[in-house]
Formats: sequence, C-alpha cells, structure tokens
Amino acid sequence: MKVNIYLNKRVAVIGAGLTLFRRRLLETPQEMAWEAARKALDEAGLELRDIDCVVIGSAPDAFDGVHMKGEYLSHGSGGIRKPVSRVFVGGATGVMTAISGWYHVASGLCQRVLAVAEEKMSPSRPHPQAIFKYIWDPILEKPLNPNLIWIFAMEMHRYMATYGIKKEDIALVSVKNKRNALNNPYAQLGANITVEDVLKSEVLVWPVQLLDVSPVSDGAAAIVLASEDVARRYTDTPVWVEGVGWTLDNTEWPARDLAYARYVEFAARMAYKMAGIERPNKEIDVVEPYDPFDYKELHHLEALQLAKRGEAPKLLKEGVFDIDGDIPSSPSGGLLGVGNPIAAAGLMKVVSIYWQLKGTAGKMQVKKPVHTGLAQAWGDLMQAGTVIIMRN
Amino acid sequence: MGSFLERIAILGVGWYGFRPTTPEVSFREMVFEAAVRAYQDAGDINPRSDVDSFISCQEDFWEGISISDEFAPDQIGGAMRPTMTVTGDSLQGLAHAFMHINSGVANVVAVEAHSKVSDILTLSDIIKFAMDPIYVRSIEPKNFHFIAGLDAVKFMERKGITREDLALVVEKNKRAGLSSPRASYASNISVKDILDKDFIIYPLSELDIAPFVDGAVVVVVASEDVAKKIKKDDYVIIKGLGFATDSSNIETADLGKATYMRVASDMAYKMAGITSPRSYFDSVFVDDRYSYKELQHLEGLKISEEPSKDLREGNFSPQGEIPVNPLGGHLAKGVPLEASGFSLLLDAINYIRQGKIERALVASWRGIPTFTGSVIVVEKP
Repeated sequence: MKVNIYLNKRVAVIGAGLTLFRRRLLETPQEMAWEAARKALDEAGLELRDIDCVVIGSAPDAFDGVHMKGEYLSHGSGGIRKPVSRVFVGGATGVMTAISGWYHVASGLCQRVLAVAEEKMSPSRPHPQAIFKYIWDPILEKPLNPNLIWIFAMEMHRYMATYGIKKEDIALVSVKNKRNALNNPYAQLGANITVEDVLKSEVLVWPVQLLDVSPVSDGAAAIVLASEDVARRYTDTPVWVEGVGWTLDNTEWPARDLAYARYVEFAARMAYKMAGIERPNKEIDVVEPYDPFDYKELHHLEALQLAKRGEAPKLLKEGVFDIDGDIPSSPSGGLLGVGNPIAAAGLMKVVSIYWQLKGTAGKMQVKKPVHTGLAQAWGDLMQAGTVIIMRN
Repeated sequence: MGSFLERIAILGVGWYGFRPTTPEVSFREMVFEAAVRAYQDAGDINPRSDVDSFISCQEDFWEGISISDEFAPDQIGGAMRPTMTVTGDSLQGLAHAFMHINSGVANVVAVEAHSKVSDILTLSDIIKFAMDPIYVRSIEPKNFHFIAGLDAVKFMERKGITREDLALVVEKNKRAGLSSPRASYASNISVKDILDKDFIIYPLSELDIAPFVDGAVVVVVASEDVAKKIKKDDYVIIKGLGFATDSSNIETADLGKATYMRVASDMAYKMAGITSPRSYFDSVFVDDRYSYKELQHLEGLKISEEPSKDLREGNFSPQGEIPVNPLGGHLAKGVPLEASGFSLLLDAINYIRQGKIERALVASWRGIPTFTGSVIVVEKP
C-alpha cells in the first residue's frame, strides 16, 4: 500500500454545519442537506458560487426511499452545474465523505469542496430495521431472515467472552456519551442515566439492550475543505487534515474475528503512517470513535490502538475517556447521545473534532488543550473502517 | 478549480458479458472474470500486492441489496485493502481513481462497474423510484421515458432536427455495431424499418431507445511512471477528465440541452489543454441510449454546432470526418447500467490499440432521470 507521507498539498477544514438530529424531522432530505451545507458555507465565509466540487455521502438509498440518492441529493447539497459525486461504504460513509473531500483537494482537482452527508431514516415502514433485511447475501443469508441487532449481539457477546468483559463495564459508555450529549445543542438523546438504567432497559437481543443502542434519526452534516492558500485567505484557524485511511474486509462476516475490528486497525495504521503518528495513545488528544452500540466505542478504541485488546473497559472505568480525561472520547455525545442518521452521524464526528481543534466546541469543549484529533466510522457487514486525523 | 500534477495511464482492461442475460454467472462471478482479464492485460499484476486501492461503481437498487458496497471487495482482490464505492457512472469512479493517484494515496487503482440488469424484475418501477418523490413520482408517470420525450422534443425544435435524423443515428450505430464483439443489438437495419415502428413515447420508437444489457468491466489505472515500468509504451493516457451534474431537479435543469456535458467537457478540455475539440479528436464515443442524445451530447461536447447537418453529410459515420460511435454505441451494445461509461471507454481503447485512431473523446450520461455526465480524453502516450 502506497501512502503519501510527504503530502504535496495540504488540505484544511474551514467550515462545518449540522442540522438538529431528530426522529421524524419535517424537512425533505434535500432541505436537510441544504441546511447543513448553508451553515458550513457561512462558517467558512464562502458562497455556493465559490465551491468547485461537491461530495455527497449517504448510506442505503432505501432509508430516504430514493434510488440514485446521490443524484437526488445533489441539488440540495449545492451540486448544481458542478462536479458532484457520492461515496458509499455503508455506515462508514460519513468519514469517507470527508476523506473523499480531502482527496478532491489534495489531488489538485479542486480548491474548495463542499462535503455533505445526509440520512433520513424515520419514514421507513414499518421500521428502519426493515431496510436491513436486504443487506445480506441473497443466496446464503437472506433466507434465514437475520436481523441487524442479532449479528451485533453476536459480536458484543464474542467481545465480552474473549476478554472477560462485563455488561456493566460496557454500559458506562452509554452513560458517558448520553451525559456528554447534554452539552450538544444538536443532540437527540442527551440524558443523565446510570449503569443500572442501562442494565434494566429492555433486552432486544441478549446482550444488547435498548440503552446500549443509538436511536433512529434524521439529520445532515457538512464541511468545507480548502487548499492551503485558500484556507489561509479565509481563516486564521484552519484545521489541517493530516492523515486518512480506509479499509474494507471481505464480505463473509461469519468467518471474521468478531472480538477485534482488524479492518479498523488497518485503516488507522494507514492514517497514522500518513500523519507520522507512531504512538497513537500518546499523540491523539481527542477522539470520536463510531459508537452505534456502546460496546463498539470500546471495540474501536482498541482497533485504533488507543487501548490494548480487551483493556478499553478498564481505561474507561479509570476515566481516561471522560471529557476531562487523558483521551476524551466522543465529547460530542456520539451516536448514542446525538443520534445516528448513518452517514450524517459519521460526518458529525468529523465536525466534532474540527470544532474541538478550532476551540469552538462551546460546552462540548474538552478540558485539556488539544492539537491532534481523530474521527472514525464503521460499517457494511462489520467490515468497513474509515479514519481521519486532523491537527490545528 | 485546480489542475492535475500527474498524467494517468490505463494499464489494463477486462470485460465479461454484454449479453441480454448471463445466467451462468452471478454479478460477483462476472466481475471476477472481468478482473482476472484486466489484471492480466495490465501486465499480469497481482491485485493483492500491486494494486493500492479499489473502487466499485454500483447502486443499491440495481443490485437488490441494501448496502451493495458490502459485496464490492472480494471479487476484485480488494479485501482488507482501501476499497470503496462511488455510486455513479464508471467514469465518475475513474475520476476518483485519478484523485487517489494524484493525492498520493495510490500508485495503481482498480475500478469495477457491472450490470446484472437481467435479474431485475421491476426495472421500470426502480427507475421511477429515482424521481423526486414529491414533485415527479407523485404524478405517477406511466412511462419513465417521458422525460426523454420532453427533452427530445425541445432539443429537436431548437435545432431543427427531424425524426429521420434520429433514424439515421439508429441506422448508423446499429450497423457500426456489427464490427464490435460486444454488440448484442447490432443489425443491418434501414431508416425505413425504424420510421415504421410505433412510438414508445413521442418522438422515440422502440428502436430509438437502447435496451439494457448484462456486463462487467474492470479498468486498472496507474501513474504514468508506474505504467512505463510495467508496460513500456503499451498503455493509453488519460489526458483530461470532467464530470458534472446540472440541476438534479427536472424543473430547474436545462431540458433540451446537455448542459451537464458542456460543464464536464469544459473541465476535461481545460485539463487537457484542448481549445478546438472538433479538430483535436480522431473519434468520439458518446452516450446514445436515446438516438437524439447522441446529437444532443455532440452539441454539448462542442463537437458539432449543427449535429443533424454533420450527420446527414456522413461526417459521423465510421469512415467520416470524425467518426461517432464507430463500434455502435449503446444502441448496438445495450446499456450496462453503471458500466456504461466503461463500455464506451472499452470501444475507444480497442480503436486506439488497433491503430485506427490516436485520440478519442469518451462521454457518458447516467440516464433517466439524471442530468449527470462524465467526460474523459484518452490518447496514445
């Protein structure tokens, strides 16, 4: 794998915008995309006419109920008479959207890129889970009619069994993230809950319980990326993209080591190499790992080399990942607290790191000074990992 | 808009299918066959060690799978590697490969696109599902070609194009397809045969509309330095590329004009330093999934201001001044969904490799109901 260690073009994020993350937003997908895009342009001090290219990220077309969703969303994302394309790696799409925005600029094709991610899950009938009935191998798996939560229950169980992790240790992630989300004005499910609340919540598929899972959400997120010379014209506080990585494991998830997200490790190593990071747990100041389930945050912190295998729960208990800890994790409140409009949730993680590094995260701002941050997303059939590293 | 640092080379191509049905293979097997051939054509490279990133071009609803990207990596050797999906025409996927190489994350990229359209039982409904759910789908169009009908009428009115002109395009392309190994719908047909057909939607008959077809194409691209090392001078250069969407909303897009093609080709020509496209190219391979689209696209690409005049004078025939779709285009080959752009690119590469031309323009459209086009300029190194 070739990795560009000597970046010939630096790329900065200079603006970001989010919609509220909510169940049953009244806006159409195009309107949501535009709301986020407009806010990102405003923060960057740009107009749509200044944008060279638009990158769109959105997960399954069936959520929004539109075939060729990238085409449909392009108008709302500002992609009118411009180069527009959509990238897609399942749940990992949000961070891939930022990565794609990065290489649009780093390649020299564009100087100012608008990257927009959108997802409207709530109109799905009878429930968004129905969309996941069709993600399986049509011959080998679909006839069994598996449910998405079943396979994550298997993965959670495997993680717990391999390393001897208790449910109450994992529940602490949900407690932390929902508490962090109370500081986030865009959040859907901020709350002060206890480990006991999680353990007493409805069992969906053992060991997954209701408060272990992120909600169904609608939402959109957007960022503006620019080349170095443009960025310096528009802001004194650009946040540089220093490393990117993405990896897809094979399709056959039943043969996968469910206790460890190897594909996320590969993606992280690609990004670390590019960013020149050798000791991630010493060099990453703030992290936004993908947390659609509480155990996934721990799973991902280990794959990102921020904790040894099976030891993330111990560090969590010690407060390392708290907002005032050594490596604050999900200071935005994560998907568990802010909501999970799939692709938009991934880009929201990038936005969170951008605001942290810019120092404009408001009540979400972590206590320690931060210079290097990482956002990560995960998706497909437990097979996709996307990682982006930024510095101020 | 910036400009590229490095020229990119097409190292190898492989294809499978281009038949109305391919019951002997699944879509993944079809892509595997195309990939094996592409890697061999690229100098017998090993995708597990020699390819840096992989791109798949597909759409969920075409596949009948809700997250079709899950099924992208295995058959092209992309497992545990940087693999991603671009939900667009294969030429848009190629543009992303171009950016992977120029940003420095890859030296060699494999791009795949495929169509297993014969598996789709409700194609017409799926295409209607791509229309805006509030403003267009709600009118319950009986026939998804209605947008092409409106577009064609407006274009023909503006440019003084007749039904006979459209029939000439069909006759030219279906006959030209007889010399292509991929043209299931090629035939020795006459203008009269075409004009005798009933309309599917005015002014288009069944023969004015290209049918869909199964097929898979894999293209391996690399930086020119790498290409020289592997293939000496046996490769094709991508000198410029562009892609663009007009407005995706039918009510705000330019009906009767291929504005998307104009924006995309301006971008590609600027990159390639081309100021007179008509005189620069030896041949043009352009989307003709509706007969009128060939003429409309040629106008958008600045190849002809009066495309019907050029057509009548034989300038676009395989022996003409600037052959257009000399291997038959989609009217002879069929439309292989997201592999459409690559199918036109394959024709251009065949023509270049056969020594018939040195420089070609390839331009693809994503079909109804989109207003998105992609353009690449390919030539001998």
